[in-house]
Amino acid sequence: MSQATKQFCTFFLNGLFFGVEVVQVQEVLRQQPMTRVPLAPATVRGLINLRGQIVTALDLRERLDLPTRTSDAPPMNVVVRTADGAVSLLVDEIGDVVEISEDIFERPPETLTGVARELVQGVYKMKERLLLILDTEKTVGLP
Amino acid sequence: MALNNEALQQQLNNDLIVESTEGLERFDNEMLQLEKGAGTKDSFNIIFRVIHTIKGTAGCIGLGKIESVAHIGESLLSLLRDDKLKLTPPMIVALLEYSDALKEMIRCLEQTGQQGDKDYSALLKTLQQLQTGEPIVSAEVTPPPSPPVAANWGLFEDEPVAPVAEIAASVVAEIATSPSAPTVTIAAEIAASVENTAAGKTTVSVSETAIRVDVGQLDKLMNLVGELVLARNQILQFTGKATEPALLHASQRLNLITTELQESVMKTRMQPIENIWAKFPRIVRDVSRELGKKIQLVMEGNETELDRTIIEAIKDPLTHIIRNSMDHGIERPEVRVQAGKPEEGLLVLRAFHEGGQVIIEIMDDGGGINANRVKHKAVEKGLITAESAARMGDHEVFNLIFAPGFSTAEKVTNVSGRGVGMDVVKTNIEKIGGSVDILSEAGQGTTLKIKIPLTLAIIPALIVASGGERFAIPQVSLLELVRLNGEKARAGIEMLYGSPVYRLRGQLLPLIYLNRELKLAEPATPTADVQIVVLQADGRQFGAIVDDIHDTEEIVVKPLGKQLKGLACFAGATIMGDGQVALILDVLGLAQTSKVIAEVRARAMQDQIKNPERVAAKQTLLVFDTGKGNHMAIALSSVARLEEFSRAQVERSGGQDVVQYRGQILPLIQVSDYLKGSEMSLMAADPMQVVVYSEQGRSVGLVVGQINDIVEETLTVKRGLQRPGIAGSAVIQDKVTDLLDVPSIIRVADPDFYTCSQETQ
Repeated sequence: MSQATKQFCTFFLNGLFFGVEVVQVQEVLRQQPMTRVPLAPATVRGLINLRGQIVTALDLRERLDLPTRTSDAPPMNVVVRTADGAVSLLVDEIGDVVEISEDIFERPPETLTGVARELVQGVYKMKERLLLILDTEKTVGLP
Repeated sequence: MALNNEALQQQLNNDLIVESTEGLERFDNEMLQLEKGAGTKDSFNIIFRVIHTIKGTAGCIGLGKIESVAHIGESLLSLLRDDKLKLTPPMIVALLEYSDALKEMIRCLEQTGQQGDKDYSALLKTLQQLQTGEPIVSAEVTPPPSPPVAANWGLFEDEPVAPVAEIAASVVAEIATSPSAPTVTIAAEIAASVENTAAGKTTVSVSETAIRVDVGQLDKLMNLVGELVLARNQILQFTGKATEPALLHASQRLNLITTELQESVMKTRMQPIENIWAKFPRIVRDVSRELGKKIQLVMEGNETELDRTIIEAIKDPLTHIIRNSMDHGIERPEVRVQAGKPEEGLLVLRAFHEGGQVIIEIMDDGGGINANRVKHKAVEKGLITAESAARMGDHEVFNLIFAPGFSTAEKVTNVSGRGVGMDVVKTNIEKIGGSVDILSEAGQGTTLKIKIPLTLAIIPALIVASGGERFAIPQVSLLELVRLNGEKARAGIEMLYGSPVYRLRGQLLPLIYLNRELKLAEPATPTADVQIVVLQADGRQFGAIVDDIHDTEEIVVKPLGKQLKGLACFAGATIMGDGQVALILDVLGLAQTSKVIAEVRARAMQDQIKNPERVAAKQTLLVFDTGKGNHMAIALSSVARLEEFSRAQVERSGGQDVVQYRGQILPLIQVSDYLKGSEMSLMAADPMQVVVYSEQGRSVGLVVGQINDIVEETLTVKRGLQRPGIAGSAVIQDKVTDLLDVPSIIRVADPDFYTCSQETQ
């Protein structure tokens, strides 16, 4: 009890290990039928029908300036709650929900540049790998 | 526990806010009536009751300051009501100020939960002096704590009301030490108010059948109905293929019930436009005083209903337009007199339903818009180039007023002319799917016409396919569908400097390829047929070529996320029967993005000029004969009813044949008697065929031989023989038909008809 911990929903993107706080995640879905939006920014992959609610799906690789996906496996939807309603983030693969103690948290290193610098809130130094925490509000707000 | 108390207090405050806001609006209006001398004894009762309620409620829930401020005015009002004092102009000024003060506190309560710490002691003192009949120093009356106009002027700039750091206690002290003169009056007052409530009981029964419902609750209900509509659409798609009779029957019922439910829920959200208009008389009064102008406000169609989300959205734009009309439109009294107009300017607000839309017109009889000055200003401000200004038509010039950063006021007043305004008005109205148009005639006045949809939530739309995607086009922007096949498909679309056009009934219709505009794939196999959807945006027409046209559906409009807000082409999204998402096209945005509109402006305007004649020429006519093969026709629009009367019903009165008709006496005119050259009247015909003709609330019965038909014809009136009672002749259904000149016949038969009707007006 002495250690403050937080739970994160984790996922993979281009081999990187990302996390979003569990309380911000509404649900995780397999690939959904999607309607694309002509003339929209490249990050917007389309619109999905989430039980009557229309949710914008963002290509997280595109948003984070990562190379375009080559794998055949369909992307997964991580639906996050934001001030502007639900938004789906398309990711390569879903990881576990992890509970991590606050004391292994660190601000992103100064060497982190580009869009990642803006969107990555910090890093949890887990034993086997590093977990990058995304600022969801900033992520869904397109430049 | 504390939380509960807080929530309860909040609830009580909210009730007070709602009640007082409505009440104070009534207060203002009654006060204005009294100022005009049009008030009744009841006006004071209403005003008194409003204040009494506010005071009572505020006192009950521990809002001491509001209670004490309300109290002072109440004493004055009770004296006025009981005829112990006469209402004087200073009193009106002070009482309106007093109403502002209360409104300000209520607003403060709404925003901060506190009563505010503004000092009203000067106002209160004035009220007290008025009450005791003491002469008041005028200086104390005039400086209002903050000009009420400025406080309300919140559309474009949020001006925080300057906080006067006075302590509320001083007000209370003021009241405490004040000569609380007649304790007797207070007792009388209470007695009177008890009387009032007792009397009120019988008349206020309406409130017993109505309940206040939280708007959030209604919104939720609306969303659920939206979902139900979607589910219904899905079910109907499945049952379309089904053969099971029971299933078909059930889905049919589901369909009907859903439609009805949707309508009913929609109705609960409807509010009369009166709700926002109620505050305009006061604004007009204040602003016209400030500007030194005389303005009469006329409001028509108060009861026109609109969805509450729309009501909210048009409140500020309307206020701004009204201020603008008063400031820029209506001239100063001396200018008006010079121009030969009445000194008092006229401002007309009119709201009505038309074709599933609500039209709001704001008309003034002011100086109109000076097109040259607008052009000059626009060029000066760099909004347009001098060349394009020279090419512009008047209508287009007027629309420059809606350009950002435009203001023609020679001097910037407190009321308007800050250069941010009409563009925001336009954007706000377009945001809710409406449009604004401006018409103006120099010296005659200006009319702003706002068209807005009845509701935003569920709209009929046409579903089309383009580039492998489906899109919904709101029915309001849709004019017609054109399908070209075979030879026409190849030759129908012509190129004009690289822009495709189509000749639609002799007019050039600019075209866009929807898939190209949206950067979608070309259809893999070019279809043999060309499908053109003729659309209208901003009063102009263009055609969009689509791959396929599906059905018309009721769709539930859902907003797009903020990531897509920048896309002008889409107004939202919806969920189709199959569960897929489809985008809703924003026709105006599409036209602007594809630049199809700027090019056709001039042509569309020509159309507008030409069309009225064409439309006016097409008339619906009632064709009848007078008995001897004489074909006659009159415009159906002037016919109130067709009736049969038996001979026995005819009575004589004042030398005329009359019948009793719907509790009125209907004079009868034997048409053939008044036509030169026709045979004598057919008194034999029984029953008589009578066309009831109404004008200005009066009716006459035209006795004719036989009613033949109702036809819609494009009339080409040939001026044949000029005969009395005949306006001209035309060929209708291959027969020469005389057009009956009803007014001239009536003038002969019943000279009093027109004079009387004027008197009764």
